[in-house]
Amino acid sequence: MAGFLLRRIAGIVATLFITSFLVFGSVHLAPGDPASFLLGGRSASPAAVAAIKEQYHLNDPFLVQYTKWIGGVVTGDFGKSVQFRQDVAGLILARLPTTLWLIGYAALLILVGGLAFGALAALRRGVVDRAVLIGTGVATATPSFVAAIGLISLFSVQLGWFPAFGNGSGFGDRISHLTLPAAALALTFVGLLARVTRTSMLEELGREHVEVARSRGVPGSEVVRRHVLRNALGPITTVTGTIVAGLLVATSIVETAFGLSGVGQLLVSSVTVKDFPVVQAVSLLVVLAFVTANLVVDLVHPLIDPRLSHAKGGTR
Amino acid sequence: MTTRLLEIENLTVRLAAGKAARPILDGVSLHVERGEAVGLVGESGSGKSVTCRAALGLLPEGAAATGALRLDGDDVLTMSPARLRDLRRRDVSMIFQDPRASINPMRRIGDFVTEGMRAGGMQQKDALKRAEELLESVGIREPRAALRRYPHEFSGGMLQRVMIAGALAGEPRLLLADEPTTALDVTTQAEVISILTRLQAERDMGMLFVTHDLELAAAICDRIYVMYAGRIVEAQSADGLFNRPRHPYTAGLLAATPRLDSDQAPHGVPGRPVSLAEAPSGCAFAARCAHAQPSCTEQEPVQREIDGAQVACLRVEELIHD
Repeated sequence: MAGFLLRRIAGIVATLFITSFLVFGSVHLAPGDPASFLLGGRSASPAAVAAIKEQYHLNDPFLVQYTKWIGGVVTGDFGKSVQFRQDVAGLILARLPTTLWLIGYAALLILVGGLAFGALAALRRGVVDRAVLIGTGVATATPSFVAAIGLISLFSVQLGWFPAFGNGSGFGDRISHLTLPAAALALTFVGLLARVTRTSMLEELGREHVEVARSRGVPGSEVVRRHVLRNALGPITTVTGTIVAGLLVATSIVETAFGLSGVGQLLVSSVTVKDFPVVQAVSLLVVLAFVTANLVVDLVHPLIDPRLSHAKGGTR
Repeated sequence: MTTRLLEIENLTVRLAAGKAARPILDGVSLHVERGEAVGLVGESGSGKSVTCRAALGLLPEGAAATGALRLDGDDVLTMSPARLRDLRRRDVSMIFQDPRASINPMRRIGDFVTEGMRAGGMQQKDALKRAEELLESVGIREPRAALRRYPHEFSGGMLQRVMIAGALAGEPRLLLADEPTTALDVTTQAEVISILTRLQAERDMGMLFVTHDLELAAAICDRIYVMYAGRIVEAQSADGLFNRPRHPYTAGLLAATPRLDSDQAPHGVPGRPVSLAEAPSGCAFAARCAHAQPSCTEQEPVQREIDGAQVACLRVEELIHD
């Protein structure tokens, strides 16, 4: 188990190094010159432009620039933001709590909604199943900015139940402010998770051990909980891991739509002004989220299915 | 007259749902007495598993059943769901064919063995204690440790023992065994059979033993029913069936068994087995029968008694040679 964990962590570090290179390279390949954005479109003296280029090492060869940047990153120094003139790490850390709250809230909605609708469709074949399939199809196809507009118009403008703008402070106020953004963020993924849950449960419902449990007088709800849902958790966990990591990217649209100052909104505004130190740092954060989510999923799987146990090298 | 342990009278099952609508069983009657081992033999698709599962009130989805199926006089087909669960926990248990598919691979052995007992309201601690005794009685070494292990850590033969232990947990009066050795290695088949027959005798349970192996059935059962295309074609004592098969199909099944003490290769029953839905009018076996006459395809044979055997064959009297 310890060996497995060490190997995986080494793999994560390698992945981060490779992606850091790709992220850095692609940001520099993109058109546009940060210096001109820095100067706000005003024409500046060649001396001023040269000073800025010097500060951000823009005159160095690509590999030298990368080495300087990555050298800073491993010590926790992501450079200074071009637009805010502040430490990138500080900028992100200040916005991280809002984003994490939003992701946690949305993940909760996705899990509860996805499992409930998926199980409902799997267990009530016929009209209910078809209704859930259509509903989840629509949900999956709805972009989060459309959902955001719809939710704001209904719950904020017409009903006035939830605020449409801002972070909120304190637990209750925060939950109230984050409800609509979390719902907009969750909608697409509820549909996705519901479909995966439905398919996985239908597959398990056809298993012989489910009939065996029924033949032994175990009540239907127990059979579903202990044999169907329990055994269907594998694919559900895998998809949930990917969804939660992907939420970090999806927040950029929702945070912008609801005026939340989080990491997603920071990414959007940084891309617009080509604030490359911030874009690079947030991109690395996204990669870190994905590899971490995958690691957690891989660690959880043996708890779900004992046949995948790492401790015994997966006998049989 | 005392009531029989299991009495199936004229059981007819058909799938009613949509395009799949077709008959599966036609007028099946059989009974099992207390402490008696009864064999139910036939090729795949003959309806023997459906008959067996019906005794637990487990019918295929969308199936409609007519006739009667009584356990100690109570009709299983008309039972309330709650009474049916009770029946499955305490009165009737089933041993399934493939233990690896029938035991949830993600749950512990102890969980499987105690599941029925806990569903019946027994405390976890008592159920585990009883499970340990049960595992010991089916010959699982270190039963206490086995309770905490997972199915993939056991061989197929050991898992089938676990299944038997689980089936005995509710102290059933009737044990249904649906081809319990078909999925096992030859070497472990004999062990599982001996455990099964020993426990059946010790606990005085009635047993309905479903198999396609006529010789195995003859070895462990008191009486045998032979099924073909959803109907019972012959019923008699195991000895009688083995020595004097009356129905041409039974004789064909016996001739198809390979034998060590014979130079002759076994010859199979010609043709392929049909299901009830495909069966033509008249005798369903007529197309494969060496003794068939034109009248066989016109008239459906009814069961008649010949020397203590129940046989459904029009020509049974003419075919007796001994």
